[in-house]
Amino acid sequence: MPGRLISLEHPAEQFNEATLIRRVRDGEHELFYQLIRPYERRVYTTAFAILRNEADAEDVAQEAVLKAFKHIRQFRAEARFSTWLIQITVNEARMRRRKAHANIMEPITDRQDEEGNYMPRDFADWREIPSETLERNEVRRKLAEALAELGQIYREVFVLRDMQHLSIEETAKALGISTASVKTRLLRARLMLRDLLAPGLGGAWSMTGKLSFEKGTKPW
Amino acid sequence: MVVSCEEVWREVSNYLDGEVDPALRVAIEEHARGCRHCTAVLDGTRNVIQLYGDERMLEVPLGFSHRLQQRLLHQKLDRNMPGSRRNFLGWMVAAAAAVLVVGSFEVVRSSTFRGHQLRSEQAHPGTGVPPDMMVVVAEDGKLFHLAGCTFIHEKTHLRTITAAEASREGYAPCVRCLRKYLVPA
Repeated sequence: MPGRLISLEHPAEQFNEATLIRRVRDGEHELFYQLIRPYERRVYTTAFAILRNEADAEDVAQEAVLKAFKHIRQFRAEARFSTWLIQITVNEARMRRRKAHANIMEPITDRQDEEGNYMPRDFADWREIPSETLERNEVRRKLAEALAELGQIYREVFVLRDMQHLSIEETAKALGISTASVKTRLLRARLMLRDLLAPGLGGAWSMTGKLSFEKGTKPW
Repeated sequence: MVVSCEEVWREVSNYLDGEVDPALRVAIEEHARGCRHCTAVLDGTRNVIQLYGDERMLEVPLGFSHRLQQRLLHQKLDRNMPGSRRNFLGWMVAAAAAVLVVGSFEVVRSSTFRGHQLRSEQAHPGTGVPPDMMVVVAEDGKLFHLAGCTFIHEKTHLRTITAAEASREGYAPCVRCLRKYLVPA
């Protein structure tokens, strides 16, 4: 029997997640897309954060979803399904990156010393940025560019914790690192992003609509 | 309690996540009231968390969902799902084939590895490894790893499987990335 996707006929909220998982395990494979649909954007974003390439990220996101389907019987209810799915995605994306860059040195930012203290730059006060700012494509693009500038180990932690909203413990488990490392890297990632974005977000972005975070305007 | 700028910067993440004790929280807030730099760091970092935490930052390419659904359909999901009621016959055929393959393999090979026997005599099977944890194994390797482990030397014939599967195939936990599951000698 071909796998028919019935997500449109049956809204996701009609079933709770545990029921969906049980039904997929019991053979209603067509419900699988409904199960992962709330998380598909998270899966893609996670893959993109690691690979920084749209085509690879989409391919890896699809592979991760297929792998989750194949291994759905091994999912244990004590974990959150979303965390399990993200963990598979992280593994798949890292594998792809390893394969693609087997003979290439990691960027120098990936070898930054995470133990040393980080001294945030002294910018002027940064008042609260209204969330409407995100309606503007160029603001989202600048945020994405700043994120891409982080070293891999910082970007992975930041994306899982602050964008996917995983807990410290879940982030540690997904990345195979200690909770202490998650906290250290998260602190560094947040401060580096603040330093990268403060000149633009604290200045003209939300005032005049004209971006000041352009090449040559950074104070370093 | 008095804190320095360096201490504020070290605790800014924990402070914003609400994970500092009340005394330290008060000390940080008192310090920030008189320190323009630390106020800017706290405000800026809070903004970073709010902006990136917004759903709108999770953009996917146009048509992503549709292509994902198509990929699922084209994979003929039913065939990939072991144990399903619907493909019982298919699995009977596969199981029969596996018996034949394994049987002939055992005949021509003086085997040192059967079932759960470890691939390495020195390795320890470990305890408490979550069976559903996804791990990486190399075809000719003896250990299973977390993806990204620097002890993965073989780069070309890697597979991602569950820890339970890896154990069944005789792989043992990596001494580096999965050290916490290894019982001390």
